[in-house]
Amino acid sequence: MPEIKLPQNKVDQLLAICKEHGNQEGELINILHKAQQLFGYLPDKVQCIVAKELGIPVSKVYGVVSFYSFFTMKPKGEHPISVCMGTACYVRGSERILDEFKRLLNINIGETTPDGKFSLDSLRCVGACGLAPVVLVGEKVYGRVTPADVERIIKEFE
Amino acid sequence: MSYNMHILVCGGTGCQASSSKTIISRMNEYLKEKNLDKEVQVIATGCFGFCEQGPIVKIMPDNTFYTQVKPDDTEEIINEHIIKGRKVSRLLYKEPEHHNPVSDSKHIEFYKKQLRIALRNCGFIDPENIEEYIAREGYTALAKCLTEMTPQEVINEIKLSGLRGRGGGGFPTGLKWEFASKYVADQKFVVCNADEGDPGAFMDRSIMEGDPHSIVEAMAICGYSIGANKGLVYIRAEYPLAIKRLRIAIKQAEDYGLLGENIFGTGFGFTIEIRYGAGAFVCGEETALIHSMEGHRGEPTTKPPFPAESGYLNKPTNVNNVETFANVPVILNKGAKWFASIGTEGSKGTKVFALAGKINNVGLIEVPMGTTLREVIYEIGGGIKNGKKFKAVQTGGPSGGCLTETHLDTPIDFDNLIKVGSMMGSGGMIVMDESDCMVAVAKFYLDFIVEESCGKCTPCRVGNKRLYEILSKITEGKGTMEDLDNLRNLSHVIKDTALCGLGQTSPNPILSTIDNFYDEFVAHIRDHRCPAGKCKALLTYHIDSQLCIGCTLCARNCPTNAIAGERKSPHFIDTEKCIKCGTCIDKCKFNAISIR
Repeated sequence: MPEIKLPQNKVDQLLAICKEHGNQEGELINILHKAQQLFGYLPDKVQCIVAKELGIPVSKVYGVVSFYSFFTMKPKGEHPISVCMGTACYVRGSERILDEFKRLLNINIGETTPDGKFSLDSLRCVGACGLAPVVLVGEKVYGRVTPADVERIIKEFE
Repeated sequence: MSYNMHILVCGGTGCQASSSKTIISRMNEYLKEKNLDKEVQVIATGCFGFCEQGPIVKIMPDNTFYTQVKPDDTEEIINEHIIKGRKVSRLLYKEPEHHNPVSDSKHIEFYKKQLRIALRNCGFIDPENIEEYIAREGYTALAKCLTEMTPQEVINEIKLSGLRGRGGGGFPTGLKWEFASKYVADQKFVVCNADEGDPGAFMDRSIMEGDPHSIVEAMAICGYSIGANKGLVYIRAEYPLAIKRLRIAIKQAEDYGLLGENIFGTGFGFTIEIRYGAGAFVCGEETALIHSMEGHRGEPTTKPPFPAESGYLNKPTNVNNVETFANVPVILNKGAKWFASIGTEGSKGTKVFALAGKINNVGLIEVPMGTTLREVIYEIGGGIKNGKKFKAVQTGGPSGGCLTETHLDTPIDFDNLIKVGSMMGSGGMIVMDESDCMVAVAKFYLDFIVEESCGKCTPCRVGNKRLYEILSKITEGKGTMEDLDNLRNLSHVIKDTALCGLGQTSPNPILSTIDNFYDEFVAHIRDHRCPAGKCKALLTYHIDSQLCIGCTLCARNCPTNAIAGERKSPHFIDTEKCIKCGTCIDKCKFNAISIR
């Protein structure tokens, strides 16, 4: 992984977040939630800083980050695309939608396009099963999507 | 201030996704313009449950039920209905059977067989306003408990009601409370498990979005009965709207003195904090959930010790699910006897189901225990979508099983579903039709389990991965009959040896599909054929030159330009280019495209 440099003002904010939670080990998950909001993802450096502040091994922080699917160690695209793969969407054909996104963007699940514009993920049930299959691009929700709609959705953000 | 009329607009996640927020703001603007804003109030409610027809707008007091409302319809609703008193019939719900508009919600089949206890306030009140909750007997149960009942009397009432845990296990709630109450400690905790992870189930989210105060009240009641003064809600970070409404509810309850020190002047104090989950299905298991709240990986540990003895921070802890809590205030208000009069011998009360899949009325429903699958699917659910044939219904999510036509008259309750090889689970109910491949469905659930297994115990971590690989082989037409025996044997080993509930139930989708759809597995293995036409590796698409009229619709919609042909003459598919996405079949109006 290439070395990245975190901006100092964000590092200061991260230190403040840890302090706000009393540098307590039990607050690790809450701290990581806020850290991910701050940086958009949780790169090695962020994990090292959190470990140091809380006085716990980096392996413990990494163990928690890698355990939960909400935490990501890769930066997301400018427009993160999530295809719902909950059961309701699955039986209404969301796999076909996901395949079409993969084909058109030429990336796999968990990856970001080289220009940083789109990242692709699947998620489990947004609870809008009446609109199945559902695709989220950022906050925007698309319902009853067909494979033929995929190209149009991508074009909206290009 | 009192209003003459109320316009209730669904503000649940599903309807918000189809612009119910815009509808609300446009209604407010237009009412103001017409000088009606002092007489008509627009309220954003929780989920009405009828998600298929969203966004829903309901006019009170006459119960008029408008479906699939668009922002552009708002002016017409106000001009016609509110001002002139004429219903906008084009927006009224039409029963699929006779296509006649139904004037109000009381006459809609979808609602007729339902009994809403846990969902009693969803779609009726503004969830962000504590006074609306109070107006519907809110916090009276808490008042009754604190001022008239001893903790043991509260526990006895819950025991007598027969309420069982709605999160999946079905453990008697009153008994659980009693265990936690027996341990002596300087600090105890009440935890609400709101980490709804079953893909396709969204009842807990809807309750928190539509009636958050019922959870706050029930947690305080539980705290009083077990001797805890601290409550924690463990909620998925993916539920921003539920989190927001819960926060508002907690703050309002504090402001009204219904949370905090010395509630109702009785000396009992109770506070609630929110903890975020971070996306791990296994955290629905209570020991895993507790470890996650402590900031660790959410890995389960062996029981005993049960959380009632040693839970969060090693203190006695009582964990209940959202829907379980939502039932508690009603039981105490109306009495255990009333609650126990609903349902079956072993399962009292109602159950909320998230009805989804190939069904006409997708939505959130609540029915008395003992209602049959047939009533749910055909009467409430309105039958199978596009007139196709029913094939299976999956209950219990990744821990449950697929049931068939022969099970349709089984009364739904905890024990009956286990008897027929599935389980209640949290209440996901996914309906499948003849075009769904059961081998692929079993594989879908295994894929989920493999991803969500925490990795702590070998049977679950390694065993499920092997099951998935065998299923993949079968869907690619490379399976052998021996694989079927291996699937069965390995499934039983995993069930017997896995550490927690996730692993112990993970093979259920496989075992039930092999039992109920054995021929379909055999067709994949012996004939290299997917009877439902789903398993890509086994399919090719063909256009019937007799049926194709050359309308070009398929060619225009094909994402890979794999379809060619002159206008008004039969088209053909280039199998090299075809990605088997199925768009052409969906678009063709002449049934000219088939899968072989």
